[in-house]
Amino acid sequence: MKSRKIKEFVGFAVLRLATIVILSLLFIILCFVTVNGIKVVNWHFLTQMPRDGMTAGGILPAILGTFYLVVCAICFSLPLGVAAAIYLTEYAKQGKLIRVIRIGINNLAGVPSVVFGLFGLAVFVKFFGFGISILSGGLTLGILILPTIIRASEESLLVVPQSFREASLALGATKWQTIRKIVLPNSISGILTGSILGIGRAAGETAPILFTAVTFYTMKLPRSIFREVQALPYHIYALMTEGTHPEAQVPIAYGTALVLLFLVLGIDLIAIIIRNRFRRKKKW
Amino acid sequence: MVIKVSIRNLNIWYGDAQAIKNVSLDIEKNKVTAIIGPSGCGKSTFIRAINRMNDIIMDTKVNGEISLDGENISGEDIDVVAVRRRIGMVFQRSNPFPKSIFENVAYGLKINGLIKGKGELKQRVEQSLKDTALWDEVKDRLNDSALDLSGGQQQRLCIARALAIEPEVVLFDEPCSALDPIATAKIEELIQELKEKYTIAIVTHNMQQAARVSEFCAFLMLGELIEFDRTDKMFTAPSKKVTEDYITGRFG
Repeated sequence: MKSRKIKEFVGFAVLRLATIVILSLLFIILCFVTVNGIKVVNWHFLTQMPRDGMTAGGILPAILGTFYLVVCAICFSLPLGVAAAIYLTEYAKQGKLIRVIRIGINNLAGVPSVVFGLFGLAVFVKFFGFGISILSGGLTLGILILPTIIRASEESLLVVPQSFREASLALGATKWQTIRKIVLPNSISGILTGSILGIGRAAGETAPILFTAVTFYTMKLPRSIFREVQALPYHIYALMTEGTHPEAQVPIAYGTALVLLFLVLGIDLIAIIIRNRFRRKKKW
Repeated sequence: MVIKVSIRNLNIWYGDAQAIKNVSLDIEKNKVTAIIGPSGCGKSTFIRAINRMNDIIMDTKVNGEISLDGENISGEDIDVVAVRRRIGMVFQRSNPFPKSIFENVAYGLKINGLIKGKGELKQRVEQSLKDTALWDEVKDRLNDSALDLSGGQQQRLCIARALAIEPEVVLFDEPCSALDPIATAKIEELIQELKEKYTIAIVTHNMQQAARVSEFCAFLMLGELIEFDRTDKMFTAPSKKVTEDYITGRFG
């Protein structure tokens, strides 16, 4: 009897320790970035152009650049991903082919992001001739998050009870009416939550936009989707590796990291709010 | 007597397992036909074949002929949406949509484009709710979620939803199996009233219910039709021993 209790105690202690280690690591990272970055972050930092060879001034172009890239990515991948998920779960005859496609999609999620960057360079920048631009980078990021969106959408669609579909079909609804009026409205929260979380991840990626969208330094804000942009993650990378005045530029890099961190946390927060909102309404 | 639905030599397979074996029977117009039998005998499969609901289950194979008013509705090239529009269904577990009470009943009217304007929609919804004796209970909260209703009310709402599009046949798949006796009594009473306008088939595992509500009764076992007769005759003088054993509760 005694030994069972000891085993339980040890078991729980290990689990608790693992949790504590993870949380403290997270906490240390947050503190580290905050402490190092907070000195330079102020209103000017967020709203002004960089000055003096990026040793002073703000990071507005990078913030806007990341924003444009993310918007471009979601405009491309959300409709495409949701449509693919609807096809896979609602229309396609479940069989070998669909299983292979699913495995393919899951593997796509595991491809290193730099590979997506190379793909974007070859296809969007060169082949389609979009050049180094918001469009090329946005599309590349879009492809990067497609598997996430498809999987989140598929899971949300499968959660809608089959009895809802049956009720709708039995009333003489077509399959498409059933999907549009019954299935989608009841899965949209999950689809959005999953997609937004995917976007949060895309916002912090450097490799996919490295060859497709970003520039080291620009004086102008982008005026069209065919222009190159600055972006937050790449800005950090550039300042840390190519800067010539580290004493001025390293703090700016930390400040940029802090902004990026809060941007991603903000995006995740939106996802959580949407989820909770719908969850309160949902009763089945 | 007028035959509304005629089923001839119906066979249904799920993958390799045969669920329905060569069943033939006629469902009479404006009468209640009950389908009884032990669990797993294929009652639900049988009734779902009539409004083509088995089509949405993967790997089902159906052969034989089903006709509605003499018109074949069982082939591959039949417009199943049109069939379901004429043959409504109420399911075992009440399954209202997570919408308002009003929207639940209005759904079928809207998607089938059966109404012109808001006034007619309101009037048709009200009529359906009155037909199912639900109107007085819900008229002050039509915009509340249907999921706030009690189990029995939800099931009557599902009936109202099915009736709103004025089908010709209504199929009930064990409609009371999740309800208490009072809610069950209300639904049985409703079925009695509905047969004036509709042709009804009801699957039930409750023999008393079959005896109470139906004029005709089909006894299925292991996918085969054992006996099909007038309900009063089947419950007093069944022609087969196995039917007698089942309805007297010796097994099942």
